[in-house]
Amino acid sequence: MTLPRMSLRVNGTARDVEAAPLTRLSDVLREDIGLTGTKVGCDAGDCGACTVLLDGAPVCACLTPLGQVAGREITTVEGLSEADAGRALQESFLRHGAAQCGICTPGMLVAATALLREVPKPSRAQAEAALGGVLCRCTGYAKIIDAVCDARPGAVAGMADETPAPALVQAPAQGRAVGARMPRRDGAPKVAGTEVFGADHRMEGELWVRAIRSPHAAAAFDLSGLTGWAKARGLMAFTAADLPGINAHGVIPPFADQPALAEREARFRGEAVALLAGPRDVLEPLDLRSAPVVWTELEAVLDPAHAIGARPVQDQRPDNVLTRGRVAQGDAEEGLAQAAHLAEVEITTAYVEHAYIEPEAGIAWTEGDVLNIRASTQAPVMDQEDVAKLLDLPLEKVRIRPSGVGGGFGSKLDVNIQPLIGLVALKTGRPARMVLTRADSLTSSTKRHPATMRARIGCDGEGRLTGMAFDGIFNTGAYASWGPTVANRVPVHASGPYRTPNYRAETVAVHTNGPVSGAFRGFGVPQAALVQETLYDMLAEATGIDRLAFRRINALKDGEPTVCGQKLGGVGIGACLEALEAPWQAALDRAAAKDTEGGRLRHGVGVASCWYGCGNTALPNPSTMRLGLTAQGRLVLHQGATDIGQGSNTVIPQICADALGLPIAQMETIGADTALTPDGGKTSASRQTYVSGKAALLAGQALRAQILMRANRAEEAVLTLEGARLTVRDAAGESVIDLAALPVEGDYVLVAEESYDPPTAPLDENGQGVPYAVYGYGAQVAEVTVDVELGTTKVTRITAAHDLGRVVNPLLAEGQIEGGIAQGLGMALMEEYLPGRTENLHDYLIPTTGDMPRIDPILIEVPDPEGPMGAKGLGEHVLIPTAPAILNAIAHATGVRVTRTPVLPHRLRAALREAGL
Amino acid sequence: MTAYHRPDTLDEALRIAADGACILAAGCTDLFPATSAQALTGPVLDLTGIAALKGITRSAAGWRIGAGTSWAEIARADLPEAFAGLQAAAREVGSVQIQTSGTIGGNLCNASPAADGVPPLLTLGASVELAGPAGLRVLALEAFMLGPRRVALVPGEILTAVLIPEVSGQGGFLKLGARAYLVISIVMGASRIVLDDGRIAQAALAMGAASPVARRLTALEAAVTGLRPAEAAGFDPVLVTRALSPLSDPRADETYRNEAAVTLMRRLIGEAGR
Repeated sequence: MTLPRMSLRVNGTARDVEAAPLTRLSDVLREDIGLTGTKVGCDAGDCGACTVLLDGAPVCACLTPLGQVAGREITTVEGLSEADAGRALQESFLRHGAAQCGICTPGMLVAATALLREVPKPSRAQAEAALGGVLCRCTGYAKIIDAVCDARPGAVAGMADETPAPALVQAPAQGRAVGARMPRRDGAPKVAGTEVFGADHRMEGELWVRAIRSPHAAAAFDLSGLTGWAKARGLMAFTAADLPGINAHGVIPPFADQPALAEREARFRGEAVALLAGPRDVLEPLDLRSAPVVWTELEAVLDPAHAIGARPVQDQRPDNVLTRGRVAQGDAEEGLAQAAHLAEVEITTAYVEHAYIEPEAGIAWTEGDVLNIRASTQAPVMDQEDVAKLLDLPLEKVRIRPSGVGGGFGSKLDVNIQPLIGLVALKTGRPARMVLTRADSLTSSTKRHPATMRARIGCDGEGRLTGMAFDGIFNTGAYASWGPTVANRVPVHASGPYRTPNYRAETVAVHTNGPVSGAFRGFGVPQAALVQETLYDMLAEATGIDRLAFRRINALKDGEPTVCGQKLGGVGIGACLEALEAPWQAALDRAAAKDTEGGRLRHGVGVASCWYGCGNTALPNPSTMRLGLTAQGRLVLHQGATDIGQGSNTVIPQICADALGLPIAQMETIGADTALTPDGGKTSASRQTYVSGKAALLAGQALRAQILMRANRAEEAVLTLEGARLTVRDAAGESVIDLAALPVEGDYVLVAEESYDPPTAPLDENGQGVPYAVYGYGAQVAEVTVDVELGTTKVTRITAAHDLGRVVNPLLAEGQIEGGIAQGLGMALMEEYLPGRTENLHDYLIPTTGDMPRIDPILIEVPDPEGPMGAKGLGEHVLIPTAPAILNAIAHATGVRVTRTPVLPHRLRAALREAGL
Repeated sequence: MTAYHRPDTLDEALRIAADGACILAAGCTDLFPATSAQALTGPVLDLTGIAALKGITRSAAGWRIGAGTSWAEIARADLPEAFAGLQAAAREVGSVQIQTSGTIGGNLCNASPAADGVPPLLTLGASVELAGPAGLRVLALEAFMLGPRRVALVPGEILTAVLIPEVSGQGGFLKLGARAYLVISIVMGASRIVLDDGRIAQAALAMGAASPVARRLTALEAAVTGLRPAEAAGFDPVLVTRALSPLSDPRADETYRNEAAVTLMRRLIGEAGR
């Protein structure tokens, strides 16, 4: 089949392509021309990641047939740097921290370019409207809008209608990296469009791989006709029978139960049952519904409330109970009986989708007898272990070389495509590449656990808590994934960061034939916080105590026991709530002033807190970092903590550079790569700044100690590295170490490798013990306007006070806060994944530019005794208070408490109607 | 490879379309989302090369919007106040990117119950011009839109223009969705109201996404005529809900859609003349 030749003009250059004119322009740009800066997130115009300019106007390249672009000028992200305005915009994105994972960045930059050509100095509203068609899941948009409004070359840094941004530190001096507001160190390729994400790496001779997935929640299947059908089309088929190893993967080995390819029975809609591999031009267009798979539907278990006792989803767990969690201290019932005021509520939450803009993608190939996998992941070593087990390979024969990660948020902790492409590469000896469609990503990946939670809290007449009882059912879906973690984390955290004597919290994670629920920013804690923070508002009302004051009365203090009996130092919740006092009063005044206007718009304010233990719950969770100096004077940090946009590539070197005592600009980083970097653990549980950061601190200190010992200089000595000359100077004088003259061991003349494992202790049958060594704290005030006639809620402002212990990088910390709030807002107001109904990004809604409020972050530093330089985790904390603060603000505005999320307009309207509004 | 045609004249397009086998394509913003494949399956007749299908013109007979006119062009055009609802809708079709590519003709022919363009066009008394083997014919928009994904095009016919008579008054449009941008309507309402001495002299009102095709609310129009907007906005809800038959789906339930339709209409009428 010959394809027509066509000449295109891309970024001012003529490009000849041979492709069918009905092909999406995005595919031609990426696969034929190799301009992979144009990203594909949905193939439906729902995400805008593929935005390019066509004769200067923004279009979705995925919706543009090649036949329509002949003779027209196409501008992609790769062409932006050719103009001053483009470079200025890219620099503004770096300066403002507007790129986190970077997958939406090309679309944002291109859409902004179209705006800035017409409006060189746009207002925030103009920028929001121009970028309303590009989704971002990391940033909450605030810094993107800042960057666009501040992009004019030569413009003074700062935002049109805000106070000027604090000064940026491009290259902090020796010992000044920690605390510096420095741009992310890996940002340049993200704004240039040259970052290589999962879908971007191609190889000669590669096979395209697709999975056949179950269209049913529960079905037996017969694949006997598949091999012949595939062969007739020049394709190869693979099934579970081809997997050489143990066909059960899982992030928590004792619970590992998920087949890479289902055997005989599919247990959720979207589960892969077989693979097809072959030439892309044959396999890609095939409608796999035409493949000869005989499905026999089975009775699906869908209601978690009735899962116990229903047909077993998995034979090994006949009661459909994956696991139970429990924490108990004192006597909850007695405490409640003594209460002067008692509040009770039941809240139900939905499946929530991670909705990273990058669908799962990657490529696998063999080098000698080593299987290499380059895919989008949060956990390289866990991928290595699962792939080795599934494919029956020794660990060292699997090398995970992560690609850029276009968002993860928990779901890219579990393997998805990795064993599938690994299997094909291993069986065929050819590179195997797989790029999930948005629908396949949505149906195959893990979700936030839907929960039904009921709790009672009591307090005395002065507002002091006397007891709390909490019961929650968490729908963990067909396989274990992180269900045990959610079941165990929730009872530890369901009290919130408050002194709660007389406590009992019990959870059960039940199997259904729903999507697999796994890790999603907060591991169940955001759901539980909805319950506790709702009850706090009800009790504050009952006691007549101001809602913030009620929380301050009960805020946990240093040395007071947690519900696990742990006595903590560096407890920051009190400081966070105190910092919110003035913003809280101002917000209440604003709402009261507006509400005197009367009418259909009601204004309300809500507050909620969070705490969150960093790292695994009472389990080992080490990270290892290696730092070396070469004979040539290169300083190299082997940094295996995957940066999924949150900033570990910047924050960990900041800590390490200061521990060593050399300028961060002199530090190179390598990784993550399982062959090159020691295990930095998974990017999960808000652990990288704390755990990997501490390992980096120790490695920096250890290398420094070696240097000082060799030079025989004092602890306060100053290091200077110039080429291979390392100078060590103290009050007594200076020594010079000639690195080139030292013996080389491996790659280095001086090297230090250090591990750190958080000191936790196992929990007893009542959950008493030391589940985490470090916690982070925060609290947020949300202001909302509710249209009571339509049931719509507009969040107008969120003031977010978060205790980071030590702020390593304020720019990145703000980005975490703003992004977490966006996800919390989505969870509160619009996000609900329904299998078969919302398998795209126009039915599954996440916030756009126009949905985000003004966000005022307040960074608090209550040093943690254990964290590196006092630092605590932040990544998950930021999401937890948002949804409860919004729900509390809605209740304040309207008097109506909604007990089901998301609070879609029709749900709020129904509650208002019932209340006579 | 499947056939792809992109003629630059309407005559050529009609010749290609004559056998009725081709899928008619314009901005492709609805065709591509319907498949996960990287290429559309043809045969496709791409109408975007035909200059005669583009642009907005005015003559003694009224306004003519070429079927291939994009939403971005409509949003930016210098049009009378009566078109304000249509222009507001144009700015709410998908995203800026979709508005660049998507066309008014494509929006009508795709015939989604939630098509943003239909309610304002109904209030403008729009009709459509269809070219076919038998020549040109003109149909009222109400007669063209038959149901979800169904229009009155016969095989070989092409929608060439939307025709709008000289109309007066002030147009309005309200779209209700669960987020700010890139959102499919829960319901939407459009209005064109002519005031005379503070009273409604003429009202053209329509709702979308609350029935299989968007509907003019003729009973309500009659009821509000002669009233001041503030009193007219207090209309009996059944004047709206009787004309509608909304679905319950994940976006909203039937009760809510009926109620929200009434609310949007009260606002459109009540705010007339402000």
